Amino acid sequence: MKALVAVKRVVDFNVKVRVKADGSDVDIGNVKMSMNPFDEIAVEEAVRLKEAGKLSEIVAVSFGVKQCEETLRTALAMGADRAIHVETDAKLEPLAVAKLLKALADKEQAQLYLLGKQAIDDDANQTAQMLAALINAPQATFASKVELGADEVQVTREIDGGLETVALKLPAVISTDLRLNEPRYVKLPNIMQAKKKPLEKLSVADLGVNIEPKLVQVSVAEPKARSGGVKVADVAELVAKLKNEAKVI
Amino acid sequence: MSVLIIAEHDNQKLNPATLHAVSAAQKLGEVHVLVAGKQAAAVAEEAKQVAGVAKVLLAEAEHYEHGLAEEIAPLVVQLAAAYDHIGATATAAGKNLLPRVAALLDCAQVSDLTEVVDANTFVRPVYAGNAFATVKSNGGKLVLTFRATAFEAAAASGGNATVENVAATSAQNLSRFVGRELTQSDRPELTQARVIVSGGRALANAEQFNSVLTPLADKLGAAIGASRAAVDAGYAPNDYQVGQTGKVVAPELYIAVGISGAIQHIAGMQDSKVIVAINKDPEAPIFNVADYGLVADLFTAVPELVNALNS
Repeated sequence: MKALVAVKRVVDFNVKVRVKADGSDVDIGNVKMSMNPFDEIAVEEAVRLKEAGKLSEIVAVSFGVKQCEETLRTALAMGADRAIHVETDAKLEPLAVAKLLKALADKEQAQLYLLGKQAIDDDANQTAQMLAALINAPQATFASKVELGADEVQVTREIDGGLETVALKLPAVISTDLRLNEPRYVKLPNIMQAKKKPLEKLSVADLGVNIEPKLVQVSVAEPKARSGGVKVADVAELVAKLKNEAKVI
Repeated sequence: MSVLIIAEHDNQKLNPATLHAVSAAQKLGEVHVLVAGKQAAAVAEEAKQVAGVAKVLLAEAEHYEHGLAEEIAPLVVQLAAAYDHIGATATAAGKNLLPRVAALLDCAQVSDLTEVVDANTFVRPVYAGNAFATVKSNGGKLVLTFRATAFEAAAASGGNATVENVAATSAQNLSRFVGRELTQSDRPELTQARVIVSGGRALANAEQFNSVLTPLADKLGAAIGASRAAVDAGYAPNDYQVGQTGKVVAPELYIAVGISGAIQHIAGMQDSKVIVAINKDPEAPIFNVADYGLVADLFTAVPELVNALNS
């Protein structure tokens, strides 16, 4: 059984981004970029399913600028078998990515599609659900446990009040939550090996997808700064402030 | 033109989270609420009394019982022609369903928006709340999820909407509901709580997480939250997590106990009215957002605080 895993190159999660002075966008000119943390979890899950003999092939895919190749090499070093990079400098909305993924799904005919639940740059949390809609497949978002059978996958999902389990017919789309697994560290020999694994290059035109954005970003602003707080000396002062100044207790 | 809001419910009661989407949607037009469920007439009755709701659409079928996105999305799509905007509160259920609807309608979604500027312009947080983007659509149909904490809840009574039955769509049978395990708690729901007491890694284990935080939460009638570190370490269940990838909260009082204040945690609580931090590390980033910071060992400070509140 084949799995397709979508990975995104994003600003590293430890970087606190700044808004550009002209308010046009955030400044990510010289910051560290990494694989989106949720996508690492998706790759890890695919690799574990393959190690358990439940998957035969893992295809990692990414969309965007040339440097997405590095993100795909990371996925290959983690254990993906081959990679597809759809190179474009265009800004891609989740719906455009879902359409590109659908075009690849038509070519690859995978049984399992693994994505992160959200990318930590746009925080959209849309692509997996959109892909599922476009290929008319069932979806399990926010997965914290995946049990893959021959023609069904059972997924435990994180919901607001606790956990929910659903069973999906294959092919199915799963988006990963933080607690699904702990992604492995990539070892040096694997990085070397990954350089030899196939990485196919495609263009948006090859896939015949319209990626025209439907939304325009007008401006970007800093969040409202909180007014400077004070440090209190002890519990008595804290209680007094909360009672008399903030009036919240 | 009217706005269609998808109600979140368990077939018996309307989830109060929906009330936030109703009030946000009033800025866009006449608000209609879709209740899709199995024998969900009681929910429709509740929804029609919500202030600001003009019409409730009730669709009942066996396969709507568990709110599976595969089953509900075709129903929403069938009703979509009459609406420019389709929305829900950005809860786990809203986030799960709405993008599926957007893709079927071939339209964009604006996720977790915090401000309605006009019918085509919205503000939403990006990069874990480190920036707020204003986005504008090209005028087509739009799918929206509203951040609950950014909009007041509509009043649960005072409305007088009509209830209209709509025909159910046929079952898709792509997915099957297996079961649900809900965390049992007598406390207020985290996203609706007026006061939240939240614990981090410094609590050191699950027993102390409970023994230190519970008396304080009890005293304040507060919900208990947790940082990702505390959840990952098993001190608290997953659905207690406050942050970029957990819940976004904005209570009147947020007390962060033994939480360093990583970007991802701040993203989930920075809109709280008053933030208190108790941490023994004076350099912890949580003090940058705290209105009142107490540099102290939480194991002595929290019991002292409980005592002080009792006296």
